[in-house]
Amino acid sequence: MIRRKIEENFFRVLMVLATVIVAGSFFLIVGTIFYKGVPFMNLDMITKIPGGGFYIGKEGGVLNAIVGSLYVAGGATILGLAISIPVAIFINMYLDGKNFIANSLRIAFDVLFGIPSIVYGAFGFLIMVYFGIKASLLGGIVAVTLLVIPILVRTLDEVIITVPKELRDASLSLGATRWEMSKVVLRQIRPGIFTAVLLSFGRAIGDVASVLFTAGFSDNIPTSLHQPAATLPLAIFFQLGSPVEEVQGRAYASALILTIVVLIITVLSSLLSKRFSKNKIQ
Amino acid sequence: MQRFRLIKDKILSKLMLVLTVLSVSIVLLIGIGLYYKSVPLLHQSSWGTLLTSSEWKPLKGLFGFFPFIMGTLWVTGIAIIIALPLCLLSSFYITEYAPSRIRKILVPFVNLLSGIPPVIFGVWGVLFIIPLIQNHIAPHFVEFSTGYSVLAGGIVLAVMIFPLVVSIVCEVLNTIPKELKEASLSLGATKWETIKKVSFRKATPGIIAATVLAISRAFGETIAVLMVCGNNAVVPHSVFDPGYPLPALIANNYGEMLSIPIYDSALMFAAFLLFIIILLFNIISRVILTRLERKLAG
Amino acid sequence: MTNNPHISVQHLNVQIGNQEILKDITINIPNKKVISIIGPSGCGKTTLLKSFNRLLDDTADVKITGKVLVDGENIYDPKAEVTHIRKKMGLLSQRPYPLPMSIYDNVAYGPRLHGKPKKTELDELVETQLKATGLWNEVKDRLHAPATRLSIGQQQRLCLARGLAVEPEIILGDESTSALDPVSTSIIEDLFIKLKEKYTIVLVTHILRQARRVSDYIIFVYMGRIIEFGPTEELLLNPKEELTKEYVKGYIS
Repeated sequence: MIRRKIEENFFRVLMVLATVIVAGSFFLIVGTIFYKGVPFMNLDMITKIPGGGFYIGKEGGVLNAIVGSLYVAGGATILGLAISIPVAIFINMYLDGKNFIANSLRIAFDVLFGIPSIVYGAFGFLIMVYFGIKASLLGGIVAVTLLVIPILVRTLDEVIITVPKELRDASLSLGATRWEMSKVVLRQIRPGIFTAVLLSFGRAIGDVASVLFTAGFSDNIPTSLHQPAATLPLAIFFQLGSPVEEVQGRAYASALILTIVVLIITVLSSLLSKRFSKNKIQ
Repeated sequence: MQRFRLIKDKILSKLMLVLTVLSVSIVLLIGIGLYYKSVPLLHQSSWGTLLTSSEWKPLKGLFGFFPFIMGTLWVTGIAIIIALPLCLLSSFYITEYAPSRIRKILVPFVNLLSGIPPVIFGVWGVLFIIPLIQNHIAPHFVEFSTGYSVLAGGIVLAVMIFPLVVSIVCEVLNTIPKELKEASLSLGATKWETIKKVSFRKATPGIIAATVLAISRAFGETIAVLMVCGNNAVVPHSVFDPGYPLPALIANNYGEMLSIPIYDSALMFAAFLLFIIILLFNIISRVILTRLERKLAG
Repeated sequence: MTNNPHISVQHLNVQIGNQEILKDITINIPNKKVISIIGPSGCGKTTLLKSFNRLLDDTADVKITGKVLVDGENIYDPKAEVTHIRKKMGLLSQRPYPLPMSIYDNVAYGPRLHGKPKKTELDELVETQLKATGLWNEVKDRLHAPATRLSIGQQQRLCLARGLAVEPEIILGDESTSALDPVSTSIIEDLFIKLKEKYTIVLVTHILRQARRVSDYIIFVYMGRIIEFGPTEELLLNPKEELTKEYVKGYIS
């Protein structure tokens, strides 16, 4: 009996420790980023582009990367949404949502979700070579769009499933076509669409490997789709390797900015999805 | 009017079908595209040589992927060895022990962790893990280490896969009927005995699926690993040796790849390898998870 | 009623969240009898049953006050050993939940927890308990097959054998036949009647006919309170309380 009690308590302590490590790693990471990033944070960082070249220039900030990231993530999310909404509707409204084909499609998108961004980057690069596009904002947006489509489709799919079947049946029995019914459903899931957008944007803004070959890098803010664009994660990656202390500082500050942006997005989306799942129960 | 509505519905449904087929066929397109680009390399050397040779001399046209494959395996292996026990224990704590108040605080943090971008994990690795290994861990075991090692890559990766494994395992554990645990408890088992002999056994397929998914995630992770694992094209022999995983190889050399013959083909072959392995692992784990879901629903 | 109650509940209150599930329960459960707890669904009868072996402990936001004495020992005493208490009682739940292992291992699960029995002892014990539940002849050739391969009725008898293997004093049944077919139900009911020679048996049921068939005493619970407690025939045919009368009339007539 004593041995069993010791075993119980031993593993209970172990479990608490493991949980502290798992949950604590979050604080450790965010703490490290804040500790290093805050001293280098100033207004120039978010209002100026780097002076004298991003790798050695000591002046300026990372506005080029902030704007570039917004362009890439925003563009990819919009493009991704334009593709994903019809796909999610097709799976649920035109395929009945529960049959073998629909489930196979879901698995396919889950698998696409699991494909690493470096592979999307390499594939995006192949497409660009094929069509003769240079590394540019456009290239970055295309590669990141591929990356976010599975996220958008799966999130939208999960939201559409929560719409009561009665609502669909009601609108169909009034003589609506499936497309007209889909419009009703879309209106119903607006907060869900917003959650999907946030998730996709969060993933898009943080990813490096997909834009590494496709977006290029530039000290300037792109003014057309065919110019190369910097993104925040790339700015962090490149500037961290610089021997100049100020440039490294810019990397830390960029990391801080990116972390804050992503945290806000994550918190917002989880609050939203919580509200949405509350609606589901009712 | 009626006819117009019906035609509109028809056209839109066809359009959606096309979009769906296109977006799903990205899987195929990626596979075909990457394979097509690897053909020049495969003409030059056989699969066997490519996978088992350690000679990596792009200028001489020698492409042996063995060190990179080993680098990937080392980093992934270390990550799983660290992450799996920690994640299992904390999933058991979260689902079976934690008071609901604490659980409500814990789960959001795991979610937040999953939102942090890879590059931030990389920065954290450089700033925190590297000095930790260099100054505090490595000196106990080896004479000298820069800290940039497969161990550093493994630790960073382990933290990155925490949320993935914890969330899947918790979900699986939550589907185990309460009555089954009560049956064991009412026979006089302690909570831990119940977890060890009943919950764990019942959750095994789910745990396997989560592990396979975590492995495939670790295989493909690029930037965070690249930043901390040293990138030296030799086969690592200890955890303190640097390694050079496949994704890092692709990411690091895209700049030169068009200036050396066959080099681009070699890098695309690396991407193809990654793609195939990860595709397989993903399909396996997704099929296990879907079956599990269906079994519980039915 | 009896000289030495086996379970004695004194002023038990159970609150989950803001909801009072059981209010001031006081009752003495006699030794080696079958006692049925009846009442409409949601009245707290399952909660009462689970309070006997402290299965409520893990419920979120639960607050328990009062005493439950088993063999004169308060099981809610902070010093009480919960595994020891639970070992004294076998639980048979609504649906059979065989543990994810073989038939043999299901029965051997409890004994293995509480000591390191020899192989021969264990074999003997498994055989005895499977015989006691009438399962032996049906499964003796496939003892090492997964328990889930058995029929639902067989699974429930296996769960009973599993509970008996830890040598309990009390058997708790929570609507144990509600998932079973009529034949399996009557096998289980007969087992209960046979087993009361050795055990005190407390059953939760919503089937009055079943309560009448198997039990010596009946407890009627309504909205978290015990309304009436008495010998089976007396309570069913001649209830003293108005509420009991209505409830009984609604079901038997």
